[in-house]
Amino acid sequence: MTLMTILLILLVLASLWASMTTLLLRATIALALASAILAVVMYSLGATIAAVLELSVCAGLISVVFVSVISLTQRKPFKDYVARRMSRMSRFWPLPVVLLGAGVALSFVHAPVQVALPLPSAAGDVRLVMWNIRQLDLFGQILILLTGVIGVLVLFKREDKDGD
Amino acid sequence: MSHLLLLVPLAALVLANVVPRSWRPSATWVAFFVCALQTVVVVLPPLGLADWSFLQPLDKAIGFDIALDGLSLLLLVSAGLAGMAALMASNPGLKAPRERFLFANLVLVALIGINGMAMVKDLFSLYVFIEVTAVATFILVTIRHGTAAFEGAWKYVIMSAVATVLMLSGVAFFILIAGGASLEAVKTALAAPDPFAWAAAALFLCGLFVKGGLVPFHGWLADAYMAAPAPASIFMAGIVTKASGVFALIRLSSAVFGDALPARWIFLVVGAVTLVIGAFLSLGQSDMKRMLAYSSVSQIGYIVLALGGSPQLGVVAAALHFFNHAVSKAQLFANAEAIEVSLGTLSMDSMGGLGSRMPVTAGTSAVASLSIAGLPPLAGFWSKLLIVISLWQAGQYGFAVIAILTSLVTLAYFLSLQRRVFFGKTAPQWEGAREARGALLAPALGLAVITVALGLGFPFFLSMILGGGQ
Repeated sequence: MTLMTILLILLVLASLWASMTTLLLRATIALALASAILAVVMYSLGATIAAVLELSVCAGLISVVFVSVISLTQRKPFKDYVARRMSRMSRFWPLPVVLLGAGVALSFVHAPVQVALPLPSAAGDVRLVMWNIRQLDLFGQILILLTGVIGVLVLFKREDKDGD
Repeated sequence: MSHLLLLVPLAALVLANVVPRSWRPSATWVAFFVCALQTVVVVLPPLGLADWSFLQPLDKAIGFDIALDGLSLLLLVSAGLAGMAALMASNPGLKAPRERFLFANLVLVALIGINGMAMVKDLFSLYVFIEVTAVATFILVTIRHGTAAFEGAWKYVIMSAVATVLMLSGVAFFILIAGGASLEAVKTALAAPDPFAWAAAALFLCGLFVKGGLVPFHGWLADAYMAAPAPASIFMAGIVTKASGVFALIRLSSAVFGDALPARWIFLVVGAVTLVIGAFLSLGQSDMKRMLAYSSVSQIGYIVLALGGSPQLGVVAAALHFFNHAVSKAQLFANAEAIEVSLGTLSMDSMGGLGSRMPVTAGTSAVASLSIAGLPPLAGFWSKLLIVISLWQAGQYGFAVIAILTSLVTLAYFLSLQRRVFFGKTAPQWEGAREARGALLAPALGLAVITVALGLGFPFFLSMILGGGQ
């Protein structure tokens, strides 16, 4: 079993944990773990910049945002938590089975995809890609972050006394 | 000028947030001004009344890979009109000044997203701007909080996440196969007989079907429209779902698929199923907003069906019906808000005889209903006629007959709406019902005038669309 296979199995396990756990904090930790493993996979495949971004943004920044939001919420009583866990397990048990089946089925497929080279990431300096080639997408991503801020204001900020 | 369509709303957004708090109520008017400016500025060049070519050095200096054409113009005008209608309706629709301020902010963000969609030349950029619009819209649905709002937004988020996975997988496949995601590269990849290119196209199309609320991915749409406050419903029904799903389909059909047979058959089958199921779902509703939401599903089916017709006429017919439906549906949702403000309910079973109490709302809603049902000489008649002709030209006689027969079902549910809400004897509890305020009547009247004017001046409008932007 190669290192890559072990990493991919761990990635699937972490993702399953993130999807199936009933506690938001555990889901956040599992998601950060999945992102960190994905970053190692990307690094092993030679996508250094993508790995760094995955690790810093998805495993780092996003986890911090999630934890700050979770800290604003209140935990349910233990009795509710147990009931929810049982109902969640009964709803989500097919997920690992489907994933396992899909993995086995795909391992027999040798898709003859004609990969066009060079890939955009190999076109040159990543700064050139980010600021010159995909600058419009960067503009869009900044807007999404800005909208996220407005979203936090809408969802979490209580109205002032003067209604403003 | 194309870059200013992204930068001016962004500048307005920044301006609205840096001014002192006491000036914040004017954010609605700033956003309204931006929408109005956009509507006027993009319409002037095709009318020969202005030439913005002196702004080309600015476009070159910034250098985003965007361009304007006739299709973009249509989306930009629709977005401007729907934005204006929603912002005007936000004053009676949202009580708290803070809600109105945030609503104006979110409309500006969504406007940038829609403008981006109108002008991009790359599949990944198209996805990015669809997401910009979607994120703003999730928040619009929840702006007034409440369990129903969170449930509606949650369904919308989950379905959008599914669409995201499908669209991103499609883009990733195209990057692998074609070496990039520009519309030109995608077109070249699809021209080669490569099943993986078509698999990628199918994934991206499924994502757009989810975003557009096409059957069988239509479940979230009615709940999101119902849960959203009325001004947000006007904006969403008028432009957001159509731009995110349907406009992107029109763009791909015109720039990428051309007369490719697999794509045309997908559009024909998905369009016809959506058209028929949406119409029958509308027929059985007793809540006015839910009926209008399912009517949107059905009309989106018409637009997609048109894309399966003869290649060029089909795209023109789809684009025109897109615009007509955006205008009329935004207007009908404004009418629904007028009724909700006056009566406090949208249950059509308890209404009746409101025509004499709310004559302007009744009159404008009749215009929009008849236009969507396809009655001459209103704008909807022409676009539906072109859809049927394009299907007939392509030899799809069966689908043309389905389109005509479903028009009768459309007429039936709109007549039922008119009868249950505006005709008959006024129920005793609505004796005191009064016509809505000017802020709600103005968008309804303005959009009704556009529907009538477009119907009467159709040849001129058609040549404007075919002429394109600048």
